[in-house]
Amino acid sequence: MSARPAIDGWFTTGEAPALLGSRCTTCATTYFPPLPADRQGFCRNPACSGEGFDSVELSRRGQVWSYTDAQYQPPAPFVARTEPYEPFALAAVELAEGITVLGQVADGYGVGDLRVGAEVELVVETLNRDGDDDLLIWRWKPVTELGEEADQ
Amino acid sequence: MSNDVAVLGVGMHPWGKWGRPFTEYGVHAARAALADSGVAWADVDLIVGGETVRNGYGGYVAGATFAQALGWNGARVATSYAACATGAQALDTARARILAGLSEVALVVGADTTPKGFLAPNAGERWDDPDWLRFRLLGMTNPAYFALYARRRMDLYGATQEDFAQVKVKNARHGLENPNARYKKEVSVEDVMASAVVSDPLHLLDICATSDGAAAVVVASTEYAKRHGLDNPVRINAISTVTPTFPNTVMDMPQLSTDAHGGSEPERTFKESIGDAAYEEAGIAPEDVSLAEVYDLSTALELDWMEDLSLCKRGEAESLLRAGETTLGGRIPVNPSGGLACFGEAVPAQALAQVCEVTWQLRGQAQGRQVEGAKVGITANQGLFGHGSSVVLSR
Repeated sequence: MSARPAIDGWFTTGEAPALLGSRCTTCATTYFPPLPADRQGFCRNPACSGEGFDSVELSRRGQVWSYTDAQYQPPAPFVARTEPYEPFALAAVELAEGITVLGQVADGYGVGDLRVGAEVELVVETLNRDGDDDLLIWRWKPVTELGEEADQ
Repeated sequence: MSNDVAVLGVGMHPWGKWGRPFTEYGVHAARAALADSGVAWADVDLIVGGETVRNGYGGYVAGATFAQALGWNGARVATSYAACATGAQALDTARARILAGLSEVALVVGADTTPKGFLAPNAGERWDDPDWLRFRLLGMTNPAYFALYARRRMDLYGATQEDFAQVKVKNARHGLENPNARYKKEVSVEDVMASAVVSDPLHLLDICATSDGAAAVVVASTEYAKRHGLDNPVRINAISTVTPTFPNTVMDMPQLSTDAHGGSEPERTFKESIGDAAYEEAGIAPEDVSLAEVYDLSTALELDWMEDLSLCKRGEAESLLRAGETTLGGRIPVNPSGGLACFGEAVPAQALAQVCEVTWQLRGQAQGRQVEGAKVGITANQGLFGHGSSVVLSR
């Protein structure tokens, strides 16, 4: 059994995982998802005609722009991890780079743990399984502030 | 010089889940619009179809499909696709040829047959298609996007789930006597709140269904309308189909992320720019609007649109709703047709259906749902991949 990212080149794994963006070498605008490495990329800033990009790690923390959940199983190509289906939460998170990125919310957390403006941190968890492999995905995990822990 | 074109006729096939070929609905709506206009199909010199992407090759060439079904008449043909804004883009294509003097009278038709359940992406593995990836990697359905916008209204402006339910109650009442509506039944706040939560905070009855249906519009130059004996037709003053401007910093379906802003948010959001462009082109101000037909894919989205169209200030839509200002008889009735709440969405037909409703309202023919003294109507919708539309009509 092994674990591998559900999509190549979008995030790192390990102790401090991060999303991988593409930064235009001409105007420094950063994009996520990263531009595909196997084909020509074009900067989408209308004032820039850059075609070269560096791979950069994005901020691991951000503020919740909004959030929801999926109480019914989404249709294919979504692959449910469990049978029967277990609902999960989703959040759009604004990073310091000014990009808002969607993601599922970490295991064990639901909409009751979130609010607009709250801080979350990127984690990597199992999205579903492909044969013997765990497919990994980035998720947003609520950050518990010091002092709040005592209340729980 | 005026950039107006005249609406000579409108027609629809009732919305429902009929399971018949989309061409049947389209021909029905086209014949209704032609009959309403008094123009013979043989005299139409341009047909524009709204493409449907779930009905095979005939859907990809919808303009020609409808032309052949009505009987080839030698008219010029075009087919438009702009996701939910398809119908408005088709109408804009017709308007452009008319204003350029290249065509005189055009028939614009949109029709769809839809599958059951969530709208899912096309089959096949497509790792470079955000519309595929959002399902595969995140399980992000359309209602989940609607729910993100709804939740922001709650956390930022104090909206409640009961407010959202009240939009459904209002629209259900508006659509009760609309012969083309699919759902003609009163709904209570309790009904909405008792329906299953699909994506928190939205209940099943907050979210619009997918429907079969068709809508058609006959448009012509104002000179042609005059020769046709119409001195005071409903006029299309503006059709906005603007794309977003960079950076687009509001999360848009089906994207997984936004553009990066350089530290400060842009002056206007994409949805605000859609309506702004329509007002500017029409030379009409939001205060002049008698009614609005907006894209209530969810109940909460109707509230967003009221603000995007400057019908009230940001964060104030709930107070207008609660005061009954957006109900028939109020200051600015929103979705007098019953909206998507009563119709469900038939993608290539929906933006045209909005134009049909505004036309009936401006003619005083909206039986059972008439906005008294309606002079100016505006529509708004948004689709995938940077598409959106707003049409201003007046009489």
